Amino acid sequence: MIYLDNAATSWPKPHSVPEAMLHFLKDIGANPGRSAHRLSIESARVVYGAREAIAELFNAPDPLRVVFGLNVTEALNLVLCGLLRPGDHVITSSMEHNSVMRPLRALERTGVELTVVKCSREGFLDPGDVEAAIRPNTSMIALNHASNVVGTLLPVASVGQIARERGVLLLVDAAQTGGAVPINMQADGIDLLAFTGHKSLYGPMGTGGVVIGQRVEVHRLTPLKRGGTGSRSEREEQPDFLPDMGESGTPNAVGLAGLGAGVRWVLDRGVAAIQAQEQALTQRFIDGLRDIAGVTVYGGLDASRQTATVSFNIDDLAPSDVGLWLDEQHAILCRVGLHCAPAAHKTMKTFPSGTIRFGMGVFSTADEVDVALHAVRRLAVEGALSEGR
Amino acid sequence: MTQGLYAVIIVYSTSQALQIEKLLLGEGITCKLIPVPRQISTNCGVCVRIHRRDREMVLKAITGTQIQIEGIHDV
Repeated sequence: MIYLDNAATSWPKPHSVPEAMLHFLKDIGANPGRSAHRLSIESARVVYGAREAIAELFNAPDPLRVVFGLNVTEALNLVLCGLLRPGDHVITSSMEHNSVMRPLRALERTGVELTVVKCSREGFLDPGDVEAAIRPNTSMIALNHASNVVGTLLPVASVGQIARERGVLLLVDAAQTGGAVPINMQADGIDLLAFTGHKSLYGPMGTGGVVIGQRVEVHRLTPLKRGGTGSRSEREEQPDFLPDMGESGTPNAVGLAGLGAGVRWVLDRGVAAIQAQEQALTQRFIDGLRDIAGVTVYGGLDASRQTATVSFNIDDLAPSDVGLWLDEQHAILCRVGLHCAPAAHKTMKTFPSGTIRFGMGVFSTADEVDVALHAVRRLAVEGALSEGR
Repeated sequence: MTQGLYAVIIVYSTSQALQIEKLLLGEGITCKLIPVPRQISTNCGVCVRIHRRDREMVLKAITGTQIQIEGIHDV
């Protein structure tokens, strides 16, 4: 089996991740911090360890500004719905995932003004176009760091500088890049960094969050949920400090045990080393695809300007048919279709049929890439799919 | 009345208690996370218990950080 769906969820995980989760379930297990007995404190230590690991990875100002949640979607909803008010103007790109686009479209109906800046067909964004879209009432720029469809990196550091100069907050959706591409919140001018645990941070599903920078006025953030936090229990109002204000209810502590181990593994290996390894595989795959007649590869075709996610189509074959054939005939697991990002596919002119997406990860190998290329060649050149019909 | 041995640092959240624990252990100062004594606060969370003799050293260590404490009380 060849797993090329890392852009959705990374798999396999480093051994330390399931080990940390099993250790938590077998030996710790208690509710983090709520009860102050030894297991409760040990559990809180595990969660705090994950906070520290995330803060170190992204150069966050303080581990207590890491607010954990279920995934990047929840984190994006927290900051978009919690900070934007009717009359505010927000700028986003035409390459966004629905985790940004759907909350923004819903906010638009409540009176938030929205500008979607067009990206090139390859998925690239001109920072000048973002600057030109800024209005007196612009309060936020919300961008993905890399497209989940085609992997192209957006110039977040350039936009971060513009955002600083113009007094606008920059929210970055790092779902596709956290752990795979270096991110330095403070140097890149990122005010809100939303991440997910189950992709290149190598944690389990059900973990994610947002790091809240020092320019964000925390008292203006309305939480998505309110409830028990293990703090200020004498009061019936939600605490107004981080991370508790954004973390009501018992957290996924076992998941965060895994996330902490995943991030530590990434830190030990080094993001730059992981990126170099994935770039070599990505360029091998892009070059191999371009050599096959009938294959159209999307994006910039340059691994140094994207993540390890590659989107392509084969002649007029339906991506869904290709996905099923690859799974059944070659045990190659990928993702086909629109990838929850209709805006990106419209930008790439691949809407509504979508693309075939191969997402490599740190455990992918050159041999696997070559086997995948061979399978694509069978489809494109030998017409393997039409023979089977 | 007998003089107690300990003081407790009251903080806003468990995460802050853990930050202080890490800071103090790093400075070689003994401490322990315990439930907040009922007579001090109705906060259901944890606090950091220290030896009274370390009080000045502890306050000095915390002052150099961005950690905010609610108070420090003898127990």
